[in-house]
Amino acid sequence: MITASDPWLLLLVVVPLLAAPVCVLLRSPSGAWSVATAVSWAVFGISIKLLLTVLEHGQAVYRIGGWDAPWGIEYVLDPLGAFVVLIVAGIGAVTMPYAKRSVEKEIRKDRIYLFYTMLLLCLSGLLGITVTGDAFNLFVFLEISSLSTYVLISMGQDRRALTAAFRYLIMGTIGATFYIIGVGLMYQVTGTLNFADLKTIMPAVIETRTILAALAFLTVGISLKLALFPLHMWLPNAYTFAPSVVTAFLAATATKVSVYVLLRIIFTVFGDVDIFASFPLQPVLIAMALAAMFLASLSAIWQENVKRMLAYSSIAQIGYIVLGIALATEAGLSGGIVHMFNHALMKGTAFFAIGAVIYATGAVTLKDLEGIGKRMPVTMAAFVIAGLGLIGVPLTPGFISKWQLVTAALELDMWPLAALILLSSLLAVIYVWRVFEVAYLREPAITADKPADVPLSMLVPIWTLAGAAIYFGANGTFTLDLADTAARHLMGGF
Amino acid sequence: MLFSFISEAQAIQLAVVLPLFGGLVVWWLGERNRNLREAASLITAMAEFLVVASLTPEVLDGARPSVDLFEMLPGLTITLTVEPLGQLFALIASGLWVVNTVYSIGYMRKNNEGNQTRFYICFTIAISAAVGIAYAGNVLTLFLFYEVLTISTYPLVTHSGKADAVRGGRVYLGILMATSIGFLFLAMLWTYNLTGTLDFVEGGILAGQVQGPELAVLMLLYMYGIGKAALMPVHRWLPAAMVAPTPVSALLHAVAVVKAGVFSVVKVVVYIFGLDLLTDTQGADWLLFIAGFTIIAASIIALRQDNLKRRLAYSTISQLSYVILATAILAPISVAGAALHMAAHALGKITLFFAAGSIYTAAHKTKVSQLDGIGKRMPFTMIAFGIGALSMIGLPPTAGFISKWYILSGALETGEAFAILVIIASTLLNAGYFLPILYVAFFKDQKMRPPDDPYSKYDHHGEAPVAMVMALSFTALGTIALFFFPEVPLALGRALVGG
Amino acid sequence: MFDLATIKDLLGLVNYWVVIVLMMAGFYTVIAQHNLIKKVVGLNIFQVSVFVFYISMGKVSGGSAPILKDGIETYSNPLPHVLILTAIVVGVATTSLALALVVRIHHSYDTIEEDEIQTIEHGEEDIA
Repeated sequence: MITASDPWLLLLVVVPLLAAPVCVLLRSPSGAWSVATAVSWAVFGISIKLLLTVLEHGQAVYRIGGWDAPWGIEYVLDPLGAFVVLIVAGIGAVTMPYAKRSVEKEIRKDRIYLFYTMLLLCLSGLLGITVTGDAFNLFVFLEISSLSTYVLISMGQDRRALTAAFRYLIMGTIGATFYIIGVGLMYQVTGTLNFADLKTIMPAVIETRTILAALAFLTVGISLKLALFPLHMWLPNAYTFAPSVVTAFLAATATKVSVYVLLRIIFTVFGDVDIFASFPLQPVLIAMALAAMFLASLSAIWQENVKRMLAYSSIAQIGYIVLGIALATEAGLSGGIVHMFNHALMKGTAFFAIGAVIYATGAVTLKDLEGIGKRMPVTMAAFVIAGLGLIGVPLTPGFISKWQLVTAALELDMWPLAALILLSSLLAVIYVWRVFEVAYLREPAITADKPADVPLSMLVPIWTLAGAAIYFGANGTFTLDLADTAARHLMGGF
Repeated sequence: MLFSFISEAQAIQLAVVLPLFGGLVVWWLGERNRNLREAASLITAMAEFLVVASLTPEVLDGARPSVDLFEMLPGLTITLTVEPLGQLFALIASGLWVVNTVYSIGYMRKNNEGNQTRFYICFTIAISAAVGIAYAGNVLTLFLFYEVLTISTYPLVTHSGKADAVRGGRVYLGILMATSIGFLFLAMLWTYNLTGTLDFVEGGILAGQVQGPELAVLMLLYMYGIGKAALMPVHRWLPAAMVAPTPVSALLHAVAVVKAGVFSVVKVVVYIFGLDLLTDTQGADWLLFIAGFTIIAASIIALRQDNLKRRLAYSTISQLSYVILATAILAPISVAGAALHMAAHALGKITLFFAAGSIYTAAHKTKVSQLDGIGKRMPFTMIAFGIGALSMIGLPPTAGFISKWYILSGALETGEAFAILVIIASTLLNAGYFLPILYVAFFKDQKMRPPDDPYSKYDHHGEAPVAMVMALSFTALGTIALFFFPEVPLALGRALVGG
Repeated sequence: MFDLATIKDLLGLVNYWVVIVLMMAGFYTVIAQHNLIKKVVGLNIFQVSVFVFYISMGKVSGGSAPILKDGIETYSNPLPHVLILTAIVVGVATTSLALALVVRIHHSYDTIEEDEIQTIEHGEEDIA
């Protein structure tokens, strides 16, 4: 499939990458913010344009320096990639306006421009991972996004943010190194780094032990990055102590991009071989996903800190996504992919809302949230929508995901799995309702009588996401069709 | 159409949206304009009833107006279709909402409840959801509004925010969510997997798609998935929800929630399984026994309750299973009886709860053992209570008699000896737990509370506020009126089974 | 016990032995050491093992540096070497960031021993 070179692909990555040093040069908080916001919106515009292109032509390609693949590095976007780019860029575009006031409150004034620099680098890295068609180039973008993420997390107010960032750095680097070992082993056998090229060579070499070792290294390395249970240990503290904006942004995007990499490896690189036959990947992934869904949800139930509770919930939700992937059918894949989008909306809303509560009151533990529903009705209403979405109540996107996942399980006659998916959503009822009870059924403390104030620049992004959550919950057709297309492309070819 | 200026499709949409709009107005008016707020609630309720009622003639003429709202999943739309049973349920819900609003205004003010704006808003959402359930054109739509109803009534159940209310709310939400997500959702997806459709179709959609034990399991998932029907052992949420203010209990027991449950049961049995399929395969036999067991067991428990509202709650559980039993008999005439029983029970039970609330408001009494001689102080309330009780037992001249008559006829027709025995036994049990209350209320002398009892100052009470007495007298009269004029619900019930 | 061929085979894989030993040493250090600096050192050893792996992978026996010159038929593969240049840069960035974090941690906790930090953190309340 030869498609005309599409320079927008390059711009998608290069614009935020070049804007980052501009922020450093500007040094003024509001200047950096303006640049970041403008860039994030431009990137969002590009992502929509690319999605339309991909839906029309099946894919978009850009060859760096005019070198043809596999000699040169190729940027290539298929429907899955376009969908993930849309998620990342969309979340980025709502994050920036939200960030302004939240960051002013949570981060020292002389570091704010660095914050936006890092956020742009992170955005650029995440987008780069999604568009690149080259295994090593992917590693570079992975490290760009990871390194900036470590810095962003360490900027949290609590000193535990530092240790959380350090721990994540160790785990993340091990994960990335595992990935690069896997890529090396593949290169040793195939002599190529291009995903499409790897795919065509793979059937000839799949029987070698080197390739199986490569697959093992890749899977473990990526699982570390996407916080698949039990490799999730870095995530709860990182999400808890990072600045509110960072938590929301990462929860909605970073793990999704890691899932994307997993999909790329399993269904593109190993797409023409039956890896599930030569490697017990399916039972392992299903077992890990189920463990995540139940154990992480159970952990979430016991948390007193709402951010940490949502972090554990994220681990559980990643379980759903991985479960869909592990089913390895079109329906399962589209369930996993659509849940990437839906979870981004719901978790983004939830973390935004909690971030606004932190902004207004400084409270984050359940104990301090008593009666917050009365003091911040508009913000907490958005949280309620997100919480109901995590449960999977109809009219929220969570319902669409669960519908698709359970359908996929039933198609394969996996009854216990269908029942377990539903059972685990009941755990979500418990942890979500703990917050609702405290927020709405307790009276606010006497000292905190007046309504707490959240600036419009935060409320609008919160409700943009919450509104999108309701819209895509009521109209699952659009997202499911998109996920179906992406799944079909993955199953059928590059 | 009663009103020529709106089409049927618009009227259906309006029936779901109007309460929500009313809720917005209530929110906007807020605590500062209490009188206007209450007026807005009442006007919304009346308008809602008119809109719903305006659809009745068409449905009786055999029309099935339908409207698609939006496409939620590829190939699956949220659809509202008016059919006879749904019309009956919508009439009950919207009609009793008017009465309940009048009663709520009296109750909430007299008892100085907090958060009244939230109360009225949640009420409007609940009614909207109930009408949505009534008009649901497929299982997905039913499920959607079913969940909305669960969530919107949760703040009502936990209204006081006290520890016992929170605990009751947890049981309420836990059971209803667990059953609906765990079982109903699965049953719905299974049905979709088998048939490729979720529409409610006359004669059912499962015929020829599933048989044997699988049919029984699917039936089990549906019946226990619809936790609001309070089939034992998933009935515990109903007594737990007794912590709520009385108008909420009335909403749960008469207007919307449990009615939504049994309504869904009837609808699933008639339009998803189909009476013929179940008659041929005996897939519903177990349901007959479970329903019979629930009727008897709940009645026996009710007999032992001293708390008046708890006794009424167990009475509700037993009465709901009448509807399920009548459906499980699978005779067209008993299914029509089931529809009528929904209406009869709604009117009777709301009267009983209104009376219980009046007693609490005027005398601050909650126990059966405290009710000696109360009939003399509150004659209107207790006479209404008596009429409601007669209807529960199934004695003329109350609506309960007619519905039981139809159910019994169906049982005789199909020769279900078990069902006949259950109905006779439960009638005796009902009499056993209602008649003593009437006896002590009218023929014993009041026992004064000791002077150090903080509630002793309420001992020289009279009737409850006039709004409350009006509401409960009205529903009591309605129970009698339905005995003499059962045409509309009966016609709708007959149309349901094509008779 | 060992015949000559086996020993030759094993010695022929010497670069892999080096890689595996380095990798495991580094990995063990990261896991077992409580001192944050030592963890960083371990991480570096771990990464270096991968660099060695890539570099040795690109070497072709008898091959010269990949510069076009008459009379030379075999060249080593330059691509892995180039890749590893990038990886080294990334490694340096990671190390410097890790060290910067350790400095900050030392400022706020007065220790860089992980178990001591955990004891301190254990008693802290969650306030955002």
